[in-house]
Amino acid sequence: MDGAAILAALTARFGSGVVETHDHRGDHTAVVTREALPGVLAWCRDEPSLGFAMLTDLTAVDYLKYPGHADGPRFEVVYHLYSLAHNHRLRLKVKVDEDDPVVPTAVDLWPIANWFEREVWDMFGVRFAGHPDLRRLLMYEEFVGHPLRKDYPIDRRQPLIGPTT
Amino acid sequence: MGIGTFFTSKLDEAIGWARKYSIFQYPFVTACCGMEYMATACSHYDIDRFGAGLPRFSPRQADVLFVVGTISHKMAPVLKRVYDQMTEPKWVVAFGVCTCTGGFYDNYATVQGIDTIIPVDVYIPGCPPRPESVIDGLMKLQDKIATQVQRF
Repeated sequence: MDGAAILAALTARFGSGVVETHDHRGDHTAVVTREALPGVLAWCRDEPSLGFAMLTDLTAVDYLKYPGHADGPRFEVVYHLYSLAHNHRLRLKVKVDEDDPVVPTAVDLWPIANWFEREVWDMFGVRFAGHPDLRRLLMYEEFVGHPLRKDYPIDRRQPLIGPTT
Repeated sequence: MGIGTFFTSKLDEAIGWARKYSIFQYPFVTACCGMEYMATACSHYDIDRFGAGLPRFSPRQADVLFVVGTISHKMAPVLKRVYDQMTEPKWVVAFGVCTCTGGFYDNYATVQGIDTIIPVDVYIPGCPPRPESVIDGLMKLQDKIATQVQRF
């Protein structure tokens, strides 16, 4: 299916759940609300004409100090979907506030989301409601803070020396 | 100078000579420097000429710890444990700029030089170091082994 048609179908089905859509050089993006996100993801996977069987990436962006984002929500969680059957792609974004950084999990839809979401929690401190095992993925358990947040000092050191128990 | 002093200094020399040509290394390879380490170890550069041709993959059988590649803070306890498991006498070579100083990985994840964790005898800078640099470092280590006060 054509990218514009996917966005049109999404908007027709979810209405105000889709906040905005745009495309950039053929990459189509839909920004959805947090409340609509589980339904949108499940529909994208299960609707036969979309058939997004594969979650190619799940990551986050910290827009702190980003030009033009001074008063918006601080984080965006980004989903990249790919359909093997139809060879089309879709990017979904959900805006997340700093005061309440929680997003519904996608583990029950795509098991790969398990480690993706653990990485996002580790690096950005965005939690995923319903995740079965939300531990740090890359850093060690004793690590304090979330290093890919823009307010994490670049020269901060947290050395871990000595065997862990 | 009594005969005893003469005897022990000559014995030190003999043991140093033997030790410098029987370097059993433990390659602690974590990153891309490993390629250059392999190039040095293989026949073209052939560190077997310096008696360092046999890597031991157990720290208890090794004399020299080659730390090859970036060490993250998560890896640091493992490196410390491997060093502690090695028996005396033991030496450490920091192979590549990441192990020497952290290199350009000036970030939250990387140890800024392994000498913050374990003592280091020879630093081989370079990203990665050429085999010639590695052999130069190895020969400096041999000089150090041969001339130091031997404990046995």
